[in-house]
Amino acid sequence: MCLAVPGKIISIDNSNTELKMAKVNFGGILKDACIQWLDDVKEGDYIIVHAGFALNKLDTEEAEETIRILTEMSNMIEDEDKKGI
Amino acid sequence: MKFVDEYRDLKSAKVLTKQIEEVVTRSWSIMEICGGQTHSILKYGIEELLPKQITLLHGPGCPVCVTPLEKIDKAIAIASRKDVIFTSFGDMLRVPGSQNDLLSVKANGSDVRMVYSPLDAVKIAEENPNKKIVFFAVGFETTAPVNAMSVLEAKRRNLKNYSILSSHVLVPPAIEALLSSGDCMIQGFLAAGHVCTVMGYEEYIPLCEKYKTPIVVTGFEPVDILQGILMCIKQLEEGRCEVENQYNRVVTKSGNEQAKKTLSTVFDTIDRKWRGIGNIPKSGYALKEIFKDYDAEKIFEVGHLEQNESTLCIAGEVLKGVKKPIECSAFGKECKPETPLGAPMVSTEGACAAYFHYGKYKNNSVSL
Amino acid sequence: MNQLQNFTCPIPKSEYDKILLAHGGGGSLSHQLISKMFLPQFDNELLNAQHDSAIFTVGKNKFAFTTDSYVVQPIFFPGGNIGDLAVNGTINDLAVSGAKPLYISAAFIIEEGLPIEDLWKIVLSMKEAAYKAGVQIVTGDTKVVEHGKGDKIFINTSGIGIVEKGINISPKNCKDGDVIILNGSIADHGVAIMSAREGLTFETEIISDTAPLNDLIRSVLSVSKNVHVMRDPTRGGVASTLKEIALSAHVGIEIDEKEIPIKEEVKGACEILGFDPLYIANEGKVVLFVAKEDAEKVLNAMLSNNYGKESRIIGRVTSDHPCTVVMKTLIGSKRVVEMITGEQLPRIC
Repeated sequence: MCLAVPGKIISIDNSNTELKMAKVNFGGILKDACIQWLDDVKEGDYIIVHAGFALNKLDTEEAEETIRILTEMSNMIEDEDKKGI
Repeated sequence: MKFVDEYRDLKSAKVLTKQIEEVVTRSWSIMEICGGQTHSILKYGIEELLPKQITLLHGPGCPVCVTPLEKIDKAIAIASRKDVIFTSFGDMLRVPGSQNDLLSVKANGSDVRMVYSPLDAVKIAEENPNKKIVFFAVGFETTAPVNAMSVLEAKRRNLKNYSILSSHVLVPPAIEALLSSGDCMIQGFLAAGHVCTVMGYEEYIPLCEKYKTPIVVTGFEPVDILQGILMCIKQLEEGRCEVENQYNRVVTKSGNEQAKKTLSTVFDTIDRKWRGIGNIPKSGYALKEIFKDYDAEKIFEVGHLEQNESTLCIAGEVLKGVKKPIECSAFGKECKPETPLGAPMVSTEGACAAYFHYGKYKNNSVSL
Repeated sequence: MNQLQNFTCPIPKSEYDKILLAHGGGGSLSHQLISKMFLPQFDNELLNAQHDSAIFTVGKNKFAFTTDSYVVQPIFFPGGNIGDLAVNGTINDLAVSGAKPLYISAAFIIEEGLPIEDLWKIVLSMKEAAYKAGVQIVTGDTKVVEHGKGDKIFINTSGIGIVEKGINISPKNCKDGDVIILNGSIADHGVAIMSAREGLTFETEIISDTAPLNDLIRSVLSVSKNVHVMRDPTRGGVASTLKEIALSAHVGIEIDEKEIPIKEEVKGACEILGFDPLYIANEGKVVLFVAKEDAEKVLNAMLSNNYGKESRIIGRVTSDHPCTVVMKTLIGSKRVVEMITGEQLPRIC
């Protein structure tokens, strides 16, 4: 029930001001989502979508920073393992 | 899939499990309150990767599971009417009521339909003006604003034949109820990431301070959960107690103000009963009086319904994390997904269903 | 007469007094219906073997005989229609039993009002599918029911094939160490159907993988006499099929999640719809269990075939944990893979 999936905004449709919509790409699937609750989103932004509604924008910088730290640490561990530490 | 696959990465998981091993010095019990997290923990075998000192408890994170029996029986009664098209998310369809479930009602010829979003139900209402369309609006604070929007949208389209049967639950009151109960073994919480995406995490701070219990807002992928556990364990080992945000790529402290505004426009906060647990004050939502024309509770009179709960089912203890599903005498025998005695065995977010589906049996001889 | 008088329904009334959609889902309820109602009543050696096809001997020759009904909705979907599904499905049931498919029957139950143009397209697809697979449709039947009493068209196909000498495909032959090979990406068919039903659109369209596998299987059987089991993972997906085999062969199975091929868009669709691709139907896939020593040459034979270009070794048979399928997850832990209960997607084939 709390299933929400990240997707990338391909296009925005503001024609209905009470129910603003966007076409979103979820890993190759194109589906509509309502972006009524998001200010200031544009094409290319990543959003998190639940039951057809965007709950928030995804902070790609935070995400990439977390991944970067984890990758660095896993490389360190691999190096330590190789050196037999 | 971008921003999904990276959080299912083997190497990242290894880094986090190593860090958890290095930090932990004694036994700790942590509870997650989100069915999605429960399933992820079982699907990815996370408990198996953790040091033995860490116990994961599964909380009442399944809104389907805690929907009161009376509400299910009412839904079944409404769905059985010839003038109704009853719509619902998939997992509500097999939750056992006192006599039967929505799927049996469908098999008997009633019009019961599964939808992925309440907006689909609004569309059905528009396409079927001679029928009454009811949407079973179940969910936490993640789904409540979506359900609220469907009411606003139905109003905007001037539909007279759409209503919702509301059964919403709020997480913070549940945490308070668990922490204030005498048999509480929970030392730390993983808060539901998508609930907090909507609501933020400000309301968890007073709980954390009052009960001196760390709370970490956590995502759903295995790397998220491992990171959330690490952050919680670190707090416990260091004697700290704060609300931290692991899921910071999506969650902010104040959440989504506009979604929260939709909630407060459409719903009042009310006391409500949680199936298997009992009454928790200010833990649910009901439609405001001005939306009474969209309130299935008020529109449909179903008369007195005799409630009949299975005596074997220990759903309450499972939902409070006091017992694991495999400790139930009926688990895997009288109670299986195709013959559920209680909701946690049938909901996609239920702990019993997760244990069954991912093969966690009492006599499981698989040495993993 | 005595038999009928003593008849009591084997499925307790306290459980179900009506058939549910889940009884047709290929999961545990379907199995319950078959094992508690059909098998005990029709009871005979051939049926009790519970293979995809019944294998029997007439004179010096061994034959395989199978039947399947198709109720897929919608009847036209990306990559095919109910017609080629019906022909390929039965060909594949024969082929995975080790038989060379020879003849197919086709029985139609058509709803009054179906456009003739639609029926024509279906018939042409069936003709083409039969031709591609080298089989002939030799007998059939047509019934029409009143409008509203049948959903556009249902098709039953039965098929007969010949099993060459020396070929013996059976879960009984499964051995510790057998390698499990899958010929390509999973869940394509199920997602293609869902995309038609739910109006999903894709960057690259997902089409059903419906295909005849007899040529692929022929090429495999020509290089190895040690193929022990073959199954096409239709309803219930790869997971349910492996679990069935583990149960009937009384062996343990280990699979590696990262080795199971899946298209990106299919994965994405499953994420959005909340489905587990391991349990989604396939219509052009086969899992083969082959002795370790022949694994490499079988894999190479498959990779050289049109319908096996993405073949992969996905696991092995083990004497540990009999009757249980264990999967190594993406994050290195292990978990049990169970049979599906209920149905994820009704009327998928």
